[in-house]
Amino acid sequence: MAIVEDRNIIAVDVQNAVKRYGSFTALKTISLSIKDNEFFTLLGPSGCGKTTLLRIIGGFEELSEGAISLFGDEIAKLPPNKRPINTVFQNYALFPHMTIEENVMFGVEMRGGSKAEARQRASEMLDLVQLTQFASRKPSQLSGGQQQRVALARALAPEPKVLLLDEPLSALDLKLRQAMRYELKEIQRKAGITFIFVTHDQEEALTMSDRIAVMSSGELQQLGTAREIYESPHNTFVADFIGETNLLEVSVDALSGGSATCHLGGGHELICDEVKGVGVGAKVHLSIRPERLTLSDTPMEGASLSGVVRDNIYIGTDIQTIVDLNEGPQMVIRTSNSDRGNKRIFEPRSPVFVNMEKGAARLLAD
Amino acid sequence: MAQAGEDIKNYPGFMPITLFCLVVLYAPLLVVMIYSFNESKSITVWQGLSFKWYVDVFVGPESAKFKEAAINSFSIAIVAALAATAIATSAATGMLRGGSFRGRGFSFGLINLPLIVPEIVTAVATLIFFSAIDFERGYLTILVAHIAFCIPFAYMPIAARMQGIEDTYEQAAMDLYANKTQAFRLVLFPLMLPGIVSGFILAFIISLDDFIITNFVKGAGIETLPTAIFGAVKQGIKPNIMAISTMLLAVSIVMVTISYFVGKSGDKLKQPPGEK
Repeated sequence: MAIVEDRNIIAVDVQNAVKRYGSFTALKTISLSIKDNEFFTLLGPSGCGKTTLLRIIGGFEELSEGAISLFGDEIAKLPPNKRPINTVFQNYALFPHMTIEENVMFGVEMRGGSKAEARQRASEMLDLVQLTQFASRKPSQLSGGQQQRVALARALAPEPKVLLLDEPLSALDLKLRQAMRYELKEIQRKAGITFIFVTHDQEEALTMSDRIAVMSSGELQQLGTAREIYESPHNTFVADFIGETNLLEVSVDALSGGSATCHLGGGHELICDEVKGVGVGAKVHLSIRPERLTLSDTPMEGASLSGVVRDNIYIGTDIQTIVDLNEGPQMVIRTSNSDRGNKRIFEPRSPVFVNMEKGAARLLAD
Repeated sequence: MAQAGEDIKNYPGFMPITLFCLVVLYAPLLVVMIYSFNESKSITVWQGLSFKWYVDVFVGPESAKFKEAAINSFSIAIVAALAATAIATSAATGMLRGGSFRGRGFSFGLINLPLIVPEIVTAVATLIFFSAIDFERGYLTILVAHIAFCIPFAYMPIAARMQGIEDTYEQAAMDLYANKTQAFRLVLFPLMLPGIVSGFILAFIISLDDFIITNFVKGAGIETLPTAIFGAVKQGIKPNIMAISTMLLAVSIVMVTISYFVGKSGDKLKQPPGEK
């Protein structure tokens, strides 16, 4: 494996991509650069345009406007069979009349490889996805998880420069889906090429991706690492879509030295980091992750909001406490079950204070 | 789960109605089959088992006539079915893979029109057409007419099969560097094959059995099996007619059965939804 690698070579560059279907605009001027050797995820709810963007990169849809290049070469006008990009389809689309081996050989042969070469490559790929013993079976004789891996082997066999994956895990059951996440990531590392992965499952995106592009209604909402997107969401949509959060309506009272003083209903006051684009008097949203809040029966230093416990919900790893702030909104607080020893569980109707560490609350520009 | 009371067998009158339908549909066929093995010349009195009418078909006084008619029937059926299948395959590919083009609905109607138009109307129209263009009636007119009315019968199973083939298969082929021709030849065509075989067999049977249109367009001096049988029956029903009918019936049943199993045998197109 190469030790020195340039992390800044651009594999796929999308510039001002627009896609219209009649009067409907599926993609509204999207620009993004996907790096070489990166596990890149397009994340968003259904209808956000993520699959459209993937199909444009694959060559199955034509751009209405804009440009795409692959390692510097313009590819927007090339048909799919002229692009060194392969796809793992959502329903796998394994050829049902061919054996597993023939499926994996197909792309190598179509690309001009000899039969022997294709067979050699197929055996390597089936070895990679641990399905060597199924080479002579038909796709219908395999389980969903195995078919999924065949689809992966088939797409990797012709040595594409970029691999596209269109919600490949969505047809699998939960346990298998979780196991496949690590396997996919491992295979990407071994293959050493760019993976562009489409999903609506934020947990999938967070666990596998080097970088995530969050999309909604045909627009790019935020681009960043999993940590950036989870901890520093740019706007209400991202904060709400990724993980669980308390979204509170606040108004900004004062700004000083990089901090913003805000208040929410009931006279509660909060201090958080200043955010570009939010000035004094602005009525905006504030996001606080439930696991970054703690409860106590006396007010603590810093932000401490008074309220009453409504309910405790046991959810396995955590206990979720719902608190009605006095004359204010409702908040959800998550307490890990592992440190229950040093944290109190407050019974419903008991008065409490909700405390947050510095930097936990984040102002959202819109 | 269905409760015992909802079982269709418990509906009042289920058995009598079923039996009545079966008798009306199949008793005549059974009579023909049974009496084709009758020892006697009578078609109403059973006088013992014999194969003599089957022998008569092949070596009897009328055997030459029947042989010629059979050769005409089978050769027309094979050629007409081949031509109709080729046309229907292209039609289905155009209709289902050509995107939405203008006049798509109209084309669909046009392909299937012969199924709706009463056969006698088609027969008369075809006859008028051949007369109008001064086409001499004979083997060729029968063949052309058969190709025309066989197309929708070949089209149906081919289109049905094709509808079940998701277009991601072709996209996957294209994605894996196949050009359009290779994607059709290596992926779409093999997946369509059961439908194509099924369509061919159905068209073959339809052509083999056709009487009305054939009778109108055939002209003098040429017979197919159905018209030959009709001609023979006009001079009174003899048991050798029953023997020929039984053999035709057997051919039909075998072909339809093959068509059914070929249609079912194709590789499963739908993936299992999740883990099996």
